[in-house]
Amino acid sequence: MSTVTRDALAGMAEVKGRSLWQDAWRRLLHNKAAVVSMVILAVMALLALFAPWLSPHPYDEVYWERIAIGPDFANAHWFGTDGNGRDLFVRTLYGARVSLMVGVLATGVSLIIGVAWGACAGFFGGRIDNVMMRIVDILYSLPFMFFVILLMVIFGRNIFLIFIALGAVEWLTMARIVRGQTLSIKRREFIEAAHACGVSTAGIIVGHIVPNVLGPVIVYVTLTIPQVIITESFISFLGLGVQEPLTSWGVLISEGARQMETAPWMLIFPASFLAITLFAFNFIGDGLRDALDPKER
Amino acid sequence: MWHYAFKRLLSAIPTMFVIVTLAFFMMRLAPGGPFDKERALPPEIEQNILAAYDLDKPLWYQYLKYLGGLLQGDFGPSYRIRDFSVSELIAQGFPASLQLGATAMIIAVAVGVSLGTVAALRQNSKVDYAVMTVAMTGIALPNFVIAPLLTLVFGVYLSWLPVAGWGEGAIANKILPVIALALPQVAYIARMTRGSMVEVLNANYIRTARAKGLSERLVVVRHAIKGALLPVVSYLGPATAAIITGSVVVETIFSIPGIGRYFVLGALNRDYTLVLGVMVFYAVLIILLNLAVDLIYGLLDPKVRQH
Repeated sequence: MSTVTRDALAGMAEVKGRSLWQDAWRRLLHNKAAVVSMVILAVMALLALFAPWLSPHPYDEVYWERIAIGPDFANAHWFGTDGNGRDLFVRTLYGARVSLMVGVLATGVSLIIGVAWGACAGFFGGRIDNVMMRIVDILYSLPFMFFVILLMVIFGRNIFLIFIALGAVEWLTMARIVRGQTLSIKRREFIEAAHACGVSTAGIIVGHIVPNVLGPVIVYVTLTIPQVIITESFISFLGLGVQEPLTSWGVLISEGARQMETAPWMLIFPASFLAITLFAFNFIGDGLRDALDPKER
Repeated sequence: MWHYAFKRLLSAIPTMFVIVTLAFFMMRLAPGGPFDKERALPPEIEQNILAAYDLDKPLWYQYLKYLGGLLQGDFGPSYRIRDFSVSELIAQGFPASLQLGATAMIIAVAVGVSLGTVAALRQNSKVDYAVMTVAMTGIALPNFVIAPLLTLVFGVYLSWLPVAGWGEGAIANKILPVIALALPQVAYIARMTRGSMVEVLNANYIRTARAKGLSERLVVVRHAIKGALLPVVSYLGPATAAIITGSVVVETIFSIPGIGRYFVLGALNRDYTLVLGVMVFYAVLIILLNLAVDLIYGLLDPKVRQH
């Protein structure tokens, strides 16, 4: 056997040995925009996590002698101060904490509801499917932003309520995606085999259906997180979300927008943090879609 | 066709009913009454205020009365803005909101479709990348970021356009709000058109059209656009909803006297009837527009028409 053939065979064995996920991961690493975005998000998460230790200033300390000043390195106000004389750098990082936390947690809520709902509807089919998807259709036609705001107005501005409310309205598309995927795989042989082996219905849904619909779900998750962050910022921007002295990017942008003529940095810093994060999530989402579904490219 | 339209209209009624019922009872679940600030009043006066707004009656009575009022286009009185009914406030704000929303929608479709088509025709060229970069920006940046930045550049630094206000409907006052409102939708529609156009251009019937010797322009204008526009038409429903939601923020930022601003003011002041009324109004509007979009889709797509 010549070396060439042996190399080729070795190469083939290697290709065979890679799982779908490893393959996708490799493709993702070839996507420059996605890799840069992942690094940026990691840095953003670290900044948010270590916010209290990164600046000498507490996020709610008011410096009466330094109200609405521009970036001032002598006093370690790297981004300047806000209209109440609080350090903008540390407040922007605290905003990152709130925004990222709401984004991830609310998406988690929507993930759990959406996957369970969609997998059940798709798996049981028939009348159950009809009723469940009809409910989704009805909820879909609701102007949901107004509903979230109504919730905020009625039950007060509570950060936990925000992410439960957001998660509860963001699951609809997830349910539709999972249902479609479930329908397409539930007649496949491995599901039949599981039936034949006596696996319970719940066991089949959890153990066989859900793992096989994960690809599109992961893509949609990375695109839902920025959506949730935008919604939270939107609500906070209107003054209906997170309350003082706690802050979020929406609150900071709204304060900045009010004073942009005299203090543009109060708008520019939080707005760029939000923009960078949203871009990063979108690039990762696009990259994952290409990586997990090479046909789409 | 009419049968289908009628059926869809009937199926929209339970949806609206669910929305109204849910919203009404959620509102009544709220801790504290709408007149909390007047708590210091003597009990007789408080009793009179409650009686004037029917708040002392049983819940089912209030609910039925609200439903009855809705059927006649009456959203009840505003709890905070004295002497005005919610219907009057909505009627007052609607012209400005409608102008902004409709203009933004028309621009979004016209610009979005043209950009998407151009990008698809010059696939992987510099033009394509430029359009897709702009689209990515429009999708990633929400309008409450775009709007202040636009104002900062064109209103404050360049002083070309007014920073805020309605100015009795002067065109200069509308330019920035319309751009802020339309940009995200331009982005979505451009991306969607590009995607479906690329797909359609590879379809067999386009190859046939080319094979019979039609010029490239005729191929696109007469054959490709029709097929490529279908996903865009079905996106018009969600796009309307997005523009209506966006108008809330844009009207607040530019202090435009539209419905969206009343909604925010109502929400900040806990003016329950106003918030509920605007929400019901928007929900009905969105449902009806979705219905219209579905009917248009049915006209365009023979597969749906026969169904």
